[in-house]
Amino acid sequence: MKESVFSICGMCGVRCPIRVEVKDGIVKWIEGNPNDLAMAGRLCAKGSAGLAMEYDYERPHHPLIRKGKRGEGEWEKASWDEALDYITGKLKPIIDEFGGKAVALSDRSGPFRDIHRSFLKAIGSPNYFNHDCTCGRNVQHASISLFGSGRKTFNYDYKRCKHLVLFGRNVFESLKVKAANTIMELLDRGGKLTYIDVRASNTAMKATRFWMVRPGTDYALNLGIIHTVLRDNLYDAEFVNRWVVGLRELESFVTPYTPEWASQETGVSSKEIIEFTHEVAQDKPAVIFHPGWMKARYLNSFYSSRTAYILNALMGSFEAPGGLFFQKGPGDVGKNGLKVLLDSIPKPKDKRVDGCGWKYKHFESGPGLLHLLYPAILSEDPYPVKAYIVFRHDPLLSLPDAEAQKNALDKLDLIVAIDSNYSETGWYADVLLPSATYLEKSSILRTEKGLKPRFGMRRQAIEPRNEAKPDWWIFKQLAERLGVGEYFKFEGMEDFWKFQLEGTDVTLADFDEKGFVSLADEPIWWDRMTDLKFKTPSKKIEFVSSLLEENGIPSFKPYESPKKPESGSFRLAFGRCPVHTHGQTQNNPVLHEIMPENTLWINTEEAERMGISDGDRVVVTSSNGGHSGTIHAKVTEFIHPEVVFMVHGFGRKIPWQTRGYNKGLGDYRFETGLLNVYDPAGGANALLECFVKVKKAD
Amino acid sequence: MSKYYIFQDVKRCIGCFSCESHCKTKNNLPIGPRFCQIIPVGPKQVKNLPRMANIFIPCFHCENPWCVSACPTGAMQKRPKDGIVFVDQMLCVGCKSCITACPWGTPQWNPETGTAVKCDYCMDRVDQGLKPACVTKCVTQCLHFGEASAKTKTTRERFARAIAEL
Repeated sequence: MKESVFSICGMCGVRCPIRVEVKDGIVKWIEGNPNDLAMAGRLCAKGSAGLAMEYDYERPHHPLIRKGKRGEGEWEKASWDEALDYITGKLKPIIDEFGGKAVALSDRSGPFRDIHRSFLKAIGSPNYFNHDCTCGRNVQHASISLFGSGRKTFNYDYKRCKHLVLFGRNVFESLKVKAANTIMELLDRGGKLTYIDVRASNTAMKATRFWMVRPGTDYALNLGIIHTVLRDNLYDAEFVNRWVVGLRELESFVTPYTPEWASQETGVSSKEIIEFTHEVAQDKPAVIFHPGWMKARYLNSFYSSRTAYILNALMGSFEAPGGLFFQKGPGDVGKNGLKVLLDSIPKPKDKRVDGCGWKYKHFESGPGLLHLLYPAILSEDPYPVKAYIVFRHDPLLSLPDAEAQKNALDKLDLIVAIDSNYSETGWYADVLLPSATYLEKSSILRTEKGLKPRFGMRRQAIEPRNEAKPDWWIFKQLAERLGVGEYFKFEGMEDFWKFQLEGTDVTLADFDEKGFVSLADEPIWWDRMTDLKFKTPSKKIEFVSSLLEENGIPSFKPYESPKKPESGSFRLAFGRCPVHTHGQTQNNPVLHEIMPENTLWINTEEAERMGISDGDRVVVTSSNGGHSGTIHAKVTEFIHPEVVFMVHGFGRKIPWQTRGYNKGLGDYRFETGLLNVYDPAGGANALLECFVKVKKAD
Repeated sequence: MSKYYIFQDVKRCIGCFSCESHCKTKNNLPIGPRFCQIIPVGPKQVKNLPRMANIFIPCFHCENPWCVSACPTGAMQKRPKDGIVFVDQMLCVGCKSCITACPWGTPQWNPETGTAVKCDYCMDRVDQGLKPACVTKCVTQCLHFGEASAKTKTTRERFARAIAEL
């Protein structure tokens, strides 16, 4: 029997709407949901390769309990009852002795978190973490400091934008299908795309202006641009006067940061900076200075993101067509939102173990900062943490310095990994539970904010293969076994969906036609001079941030020049390619074939000096000498001489993933000593404060 | 030449390799054979900007296909109604003559079946009025399937948009 299921992709964090064709219980075809006109069938390489992932043998089949030492790879097959009893047998005494707060959980964030967050809250732990300290935390906190709410408050109207400015935001490789298309439309219309990076990524190949800057100097560039905007009176005075607090302070701060000064730092000529600034201002307010997404890069990345946001404010691009618009939710169109299980559970009385929200009030308490969990485990300050549940997350591959992480993890009595793929962290866990893939399970309904808000549904397409179970089932089981099952009475996802929809005027049947339900017929735009909803104490855009100033963090940080590498050393940068999702897909049969391993980009002149030719094997060694490996060199003039680059996620060490095993090198393995090096204002790891030595292999 | 044609609008191609993944999964291919492939060329500095070409290479479905002439068993065939060149898997003996003959590297070796396999424009989809997988799901819709005249139309339309003073 052939059927068609509307659902939501799970191959990366973008979670595009999809349509899945199933015949006799087997997935035959996946495409972008044709009912969503921005998808219209389109899908990226990873999206189609969901099929290859689904039917790949090399992923977890049944629960496993560790037999040998952690990470040794000695496992014993267990039934679900055995595995769950093992886990709760360890958790119960931990909770009895140290309280629920001794259990931490991390995930990859996203819209499907209600049930596992509720589980953690129900057992009395405030210690929920996500991956964002290695991703968007600096941007999130920059947004909160200026607007009183996070980065997802806004989205980008690329379709009507006249000039898009991207700082390393590699839109054509860190792909979002919808955004890639609207940016293509921008270019087709003759719009401008200025791309700034330490190397020419695929996005640079389409840009109308490309600046290869010295690594870590985005902030300097922004200061030079802001200086020019204010000096030459290029800002949207009406918008700024209405909405901005702290223009004078900004003006006085940027006085020394002339374009000539910025030129010295970045390598971009002052003439170009001035020309660009005038050009971009002509197109205001239909301009976007993208504040970045993954900005866990340098020690000043918070401020480079913050100044990009400030430039948008100076250009008046908020809620202007072609600029940044407020994402509207159900409440903004007079509708009730989805009900949330988390709200029905009493708040744990303890403070977060990482200090977010109390010791560090400028760090959002929601997902905290995972890198701060490790020192807390070691010091037991403010209290001990004894168990860690890692749900579809791989900190050993995404946070720096796996050895330093393991040092802390070794103090734990229990590590549980729940995933549909093998991960470096799962391999180090005590129990590995196979969770159903996105094709094998339904997830909770999600709210899709935007100009036209919607509710979206991920609907199960096929039965789980082997013994995998949906995550909601796993957490419900754990909750019941730990005596907090009262909050998890739902029988299955349909039951939960009905709960979520209580009080809305939407029914489950409404999702059948398209896979989503629109809550507005027309796009909602607010009046940008009267109706903008900033959530800061002043209700305005706070260039001088009350939140930062109250916590002793400067709103404007004096610029410090980034460190230059010593001779023979390079800063190690990493990034994305369009066929792999971070470190999750290297073993996927289809994606592995397209890109089986990564290479080391190195500047032509530097390579010549070291006798390295394109394609040569080179040895890369971490700054402390503790890790080294060989990789093919890609010698190119399109990378800054101070930096070498590799695509993230390779160099895998899980022998059961035979295709990805030991292919290429893992950037994360070279980030020694960086676990607790982070931007003090934004909280995100400074992953690019990493230096490596490179030499030709013998 | 088959009446169909896949036109790659290189200006819109971002080199995301999605066409390859769409093709591999639609045709249920093991590691090895690739019916279509993106070959990146570059980057080079062009007018002071880095530029790269990502060349899409499917089967061209030739008018007088070298592979069909070379095939000793009649497995490699050209469909009379529309000129699509395909392999009848039942007749292929795995002699690889087509792989030798094709000047474009189109026929591929399937190590699991021990036969030659190749792009057939997803003719089962075409027969249902659908487009090949690579075209249907192309991320930026830079691939167009249709008759050869589609290319000239797209090119003219773009040129018109570029010179129109509106």
